[in-house]
Amino acid sequence: MKLTHESIEINAGLMIVLIMLAISIGGLVEVVPLYYIPGTVEKVDGVRPYTPLEQRGRDIYVREGCYTCHSQMIRPFRDEDMRYGHYSLAAESQYDHPFQWGSKRTGPDLARVGGKYSNAWHVQHLNNPRSVVPESIMPNYPWLLKTELEYSDVAARMRALKTVGVPYSETDEEYQANVDKFGKDVADRLDINNAERNLIAQAEAGNYDGDPGRVTEMDALVAYLQVLGTMVDFSKYDEGYFAEFR
Amino acid sequence: MAQGAVAADAQYDYDIIKKFAIMALVWGVLGMAAGTYIAAELAFPFLNFDIAQITFGRLRPGHTTMVIFGFGGNALFATSYYVVQRTSQARLWGSGLANFTFWGWQAALVIGVLGYLNGITDGKEYAEFPWYVDVLIAVVWVAYLVVYVQTLRRRSQPHIYVANWFYLAFILATAILHIFRNLAVPVGLFHPESYSLYSGVQDAMVQWWYGHNAVGFFLTAAFLGMMYYFVPKQAGRPIYSYRLSIIHFWALSFMYMWVGGHHLHWTALPDWTSSLAAAFSILLLMPSWGGMINGIMTLSGAWDKLRTDPIMLFLITALSFYGMSTFEGPMMSLKSVNALSHYTDWTVGHVHSGALGWVAMITFGSFYHLIPRLWETRLWSTRLVYVHFWLATIGIVLYIAAMWVSGIGQGLMLRAFDDYGNLAYTFIETVQFMHWPLVVRMLGGVFFVSGILTMCFNIAMTIRSAKLEQAAIEAKIAAKLAGAGA
Repeated sequence: MKLTHESIEINAGLMIVLIMLAISIGGLVEVVPLYYIPGTVEKVDGVRPYTPLEQRGRDIYVREGCYTCHSQMIRPFRDEDMRYGHYSLAAESQYDHPFQWGSKRTGPDLARVGGKYSNAWHVQHLNNPRSVVPESIMPNYPWLLKTELEYSDVAARMRALKTVGVPYSETDEEYQANVDKFGKDVADRLDINNAERNLIAQAEAGNYDGDPGRVTEMDALVAYLQVLGTMVDFSKYDEGYFAEFR
Repeated sequence: MAQGAVAADAQYDYDIIKKFAIMALVWGVLGMAAGTYIAAELAFPFLNFDIAQITFGRLRPGHTTMVIFGFGGNALFATSYYVVQRTSQARLWGSGLANFTFWGWQAALVIGVLGYLNGITDGKEYAEFPWYVDVLIAVVWVAYLVVYVQTLRRRSQPHIYVANWFYLAFILATAILHIFRNLAVPVGLFHPESYSLYSGVQDAMVQWWYGHNAVGFFLTAAFLGMMYYFVPKQAGRPIYSYRLSIIHFWALSFMYMWVGGHHLHWTALPDWTSSLAAAFSILLLMPSWGGMINGIMTLSGAWDKLRTDPIMLFLITALSFYGMSTFEGPMMSLKSVNALSHYTDWTVGHVHSGALGWVAMITFGSFYHLIPRLWETRLWSTRLVYVHFWLATIGIVLYIAAMWVSGIGQGLMLRAFDDYGNLAYTFIETVQFMHWPLVVRMLGGVFFVSGILTMCFNIAMTIRSAKLEQAAIEAKIAAKLAGAGA
């Protein structure tokens, strides 16, 4: 039998099969190896899952669509290094479901905004950006300070994240594994059983929004912003080390 | 002639097409108006008014969803149901199921967009729908595939016409993209939020595999299907090259799926992936231009139609913008160009030269051809089609030019150093610089929205006059019958 294009054109079933074949290959070749090629995610110390409060802050970051104007991915260029800091590693977003690298910088990159400004600055800036940066075109977010943080579902959220691979612990073995991997301090904060208590404790101790009596959405968002890009201590690695992974 | 028209209406299911066509225009107006509004917010931030629901971050997914899936999606449902019936010379299969695709799709859009405004989003660009809407869309999409393929199988021609290949590839690819991008674990059965199955670098690759192919199949292959029917029809000439359509169809279907990684140049995605994506992006220029050439050359020997037929003007201008943006795209996928263009308004301008210049213009042209045929009448005003054409074209040119200035300007400023090797500009200085380009971009949007409003008025009057004509004919017949009776 001679296979001509006509035999495809007169057979809807064959056409469907061949189209499926043609459109499946590219994605498979480019996505699947990212799970298997060693070094795709760099080996580096310090990166840990978000604490309950930070994760709730991240949820708010997603909810408000911050990614439509801010990236979280510093590229290895001299100007970006000077402006934002060390280029971003894949390891640094390994617990980000979904990733928030972004695609547009209407505002500056936020991958290493953590620790760059004080909590008070963030509160002032989120509440009214033009009060600290007069030329800013960012919207005001006055409701963050006014809205109590909803955290009754934080354990359920952590359980969902655990299902997709974030090492929050529920059983003793999981907790022990976290102690071995991240140390006791961090492992305690990743325990789903104490999620709400941990969240409130961090909000009170951190006092991110300037009002220790309440846990607001501002507390959570600022806690998240303040941890961005701070987990890896780059002084412990020489520059050649990360280049090997690229 | 009259007999043919009556037969067409009886032979084909036009009601479902009418519904989708009207909703395409409704979503188009809403989506483009939202786009113009968020453009205005960037130029004049007080327009956010401290109202959470209309802040840029929440309204922007509303804009993209309403124009891509609302305007584009409904236009594709409408034209694909029309084209598959006409080219198969068969009535649409399963009118109940087709109606389900209509109501299901509108429901997904309404629930999705209202959700974004109230803070319910997946936070994945162009896939922001929450998980329960994702499920609804998946069901609607399977129904769409069934209706489409079953209608194809009813065809009274042995051959499947080329437009249907493209629509078929679009339906299949969209199903795969939608399902794999949206795999996620909900926080709870009655909780609107969910967490993506993938994280970090893998999530990024899946995102842009999805995102770029939403462009490649939803906004390109499918609209090429539209082009392959409406351009030859309006020109009254056969497609320029059958052979070219075969080659560029398979090349386009195969290659598009490889190029998404070019959105991740210089990021933490491994170099091999983004380099491979860039290589395919450059190769993709050929099948893209294959489609453009095949469309434009269909007019060869009838170029005078551009002088006399405003619908042809829309279609050919759309193909020209398609050619331009599919040249700009591969260029921007070069790593050295991308280093400057990425994260800037240049990308936004590029998307809109495709979305406004290609997608919207080919849809407008096709609708001006389609709608009088659906209602069996003539366009109310040809002059208004010219008005629409110029409003739209001026709008696009303002938009793209402003974004080139803003994007390239910001890119150059951010990488500028002074004599001592320090950064020459702070970030906020680039924001100040962008103010005027952003104002011009907003004006471009105003022009484009005025264009589609002109179209809506023209279409409304066309449908109204069709109904009046119909009523007049019926009255005449009734009078005649009464006369005959007396």
